[in-house]
Amino acid sequence: MTFGRLKAMAALTATSAAALIGTAAQAVEIEYWQYFFDARVTAMEQLIDNFQAENPDITVTMTHFPYADYRTKVAAAIPAGEGPDVVQLFYGWLNDYVAADLIQPLPSDAFPASEIDANFFPMVQAMKDGDNYWALPTAVRSLALFYNERLLEEAGVEPPTTLDEMVAAARAMTKRDGAGNITQVGMTMGMTAQDHHWWREGLIRQFGGEPYLDDYRTVNYNNEAAIEALEFYTGMQDGDDAFSQVGFMDEPQAAFKAGRAGMHIDGSFRIGSLNKQRGLKWGVTELPATSDGTRSNYSSYWVNAVTTKAEGEKYDAAVKFMQYITSDEAMQVWLDVVGELPAKPSVGMTEANANDPVFGPFIRGLEYANTTKFADESGQRQLMVEMLERITLQGMSPAESLAIAAEAEQKLLDDYYASN
Amino acid sequence: MKFYRDLTIRQKQIVWAWAFLAIPVLFYVVIRFYPTGNAIVISFQDWNLLGERTWSGLDNYQKLFADPVFWQVFRNTFVYLLLGTPISLIVSFFIAYHLDKTRFMHGTLRMLYFLPFMTSAVAMAWVWRWFYQPVPIGLFNNFLASLSIPQIEFLNSTTNALPAILAPAVWAGLGFQIIIFMAGLRAIPQSYYEAAKIDGVPWYTVLFEITIPLLKPTIVFLVVFSSIGFLRIFDHVFNMTTNNPGGPLNSTKPLVLMIYQTAFSSFDMGYAAAQTVVLFLVLLGVSLIQLRLLRDN
Repeated sequence: MTFGRLKAMAALTATSAAALIGTAAQAVEIEYWQYFFDARVTAMEQLIDNFQAENPDITVTMTHFPYADYRTKVAAAIPAGEGPDVVQLFYGWLNDYVAADLIQPLPSDAFPASEIDANFFPMVQAMKDGDNYWALPTAVRSLALFYNERLLEEAGVEPPTTLDEMVAAARAMTKRDGAGNITQVGMTMGMTAQDHHWWREGLIRQFGGEPYLDDYRTVNYNNEAAIEALEFYTGMQDGDDAFSQVGFMDEPQAAFKAGRAGMHIDGSFRIGSLNKQRGLKWGVTELPATSDGTRSNYSSYWVNAVTTKAEGEKYDAAVKFMQYITSDEAMQVWLDVVGELPAKPSVGMTEANANDPVFGPFIRGLEYANTTKFADESGQRQLMVEMLERITLQGMSPAESLAIAAEAEQKLLDDYYASN
Repeated sequence: MKFYRDLTIRQKQIVWAWAFLAIPVLFYVVIRFYPTGNAIVISFQDWNLLGERTWSGLDNYQKLFADPVFWQVFRNTFVYLLLGTPISLIVSFFIAYHLDKTRFMHGTLRMLYFLPFMTSAVAMAWVWRWFYQPVPIGLFNNFLASLSIPQIEFLNSTTNALPAILAPAVWAGLGFQIIIFMAGLRAIPQSYYEAAKIDGVPWYTVLFEITIPLLKPTIVFLVVFSSIGFLRIFDHVFNMTTNNPGGPLNSTKPLVLMIYQTAFSSFDMGYAAAQTVVLFLVLLGVSLIQLRLLRDN
């Protein structure tokens, strides 16, 4: 086919398509951006289909690209008048997006703050400024303890509910070869995965501490409670009765997927990939409590917001789309497809969801969850990774290593808030 | 057009030459020189990629020279260079020298040595990463354990990790260096060797008095080329330590990885640009020194 004919055909299709839409109504096209994660894209496609069926005059185009490029592209596109009308961002990026004038507040008539305060999980209030919300999540995530049913059964132990039971169960599931090398861990560990959240918002609080003060601007973990929490954590891989090993099978989730780890702490977003693992029988339970019943969890979320690029009828369409993707219906779709938890208790805490054997532990965890306000999540995680490495590789005492980490994190926070 | 008509043939040739050169020149200016200049400008600014750029004078450089991580990374980068370049050159010369004399399956052997160079560095780094794991999945440690030898921590160690990462990087670059060395060896006129043979000179004299001196241009090229490669090492390190890039405790982190992290995970573009300028100066300095030292007298 010659190029000329191709062009003619394309023109013809375009005109006939325009004619078709033209007869329906004045069509508005808005663009939605998110980063690529298989289940999230599938869920969003489903939501867009539903939304378009209800609003035939609006077309939503979704663009997604790898997480690594996401922030750079958003930052470059919106000021140039390109890019999304509705954009997805991590809750921790909100300050940066507001300061850079990338997003605009949601209108208070369509999103009344008082109603959102009442209907959403309280952590969402971090997105509020005065009477307006800047952004809203469809779903939230929390942590829970995954366990390998086959290994529990083999060791004759029950899924643990307290930290002591967890330690006992993990010891029972640990296996070694003749030379004493661990070949199966009772419990995975490593700050590179989700453990830094478990340590920060879970263990420290359970041991009586409070990790940060002053709206997460002041580090408050250089004290007895946190040292105890850290000693508990590093104790998992200490001595002859160690039941864990940092870097066992390269990555904690890999060890758990391969059936070489009895227990593993991870987020609800792991459910999808575990379901795909053939031959793995797993269950999930709430994060273990202390012996006096204290529980604590970590939650985080991605939000959607209307960008400053959306104006006029596109703005109206974007607001409508935002209303739909934060609706109860959308939250249920997101839960079923992605495994992330509804951002409203009214949806999440339904009888069916809260008692669901898989989602239940995560949803119950939301009730006692805290959301860390990160200045630089990967930077702050790195400090926890190094804190553990100084102890495991260089033999430093937990107290000393913790002090170094606390000082470094305070410096990071000070630098960040000084320039933002 | 009158202007063009009045030109001499020589001048017309120049006009045409520049007309054809315009495209690559424009390309270089837009794709290379403009970003380079921009990076130098950003290094004096404070910018988080989203907000305004603000001038910060020499702050980024002061921060850099006061940052202990930077000095550790600087040292790592030179360890990669000072171990990687001589080892890879000596090994590749040794192989090329002997491969040149081998007739049996010459083509196949050469292909086998060249194969790692064609393999994707990412795939190779991941395979080696798994080789290095502790029991029960690591190839090397499983082998040691089966002989009842204690495990070696390869990647999870502040002292062993850097050499462990360097090894596959050296191996991957060998193929290229061997091919260049062999081309260099073939370019030496046979008459020198025949003369040496007639004089009954021993092999080591031939090697040190004929072969190596005449290979000097090849050696200069490879030293500069591989030095730049090791100073810019990134993909092996990043892929073998993705969970904790450049770890443990920054013991394997090269300068390029630090730049990448500062820019694209901390979004501190000004600081990253300052690091880039330092890397640029280091590369320039090392290359100039090598060219001067190894230049023909």
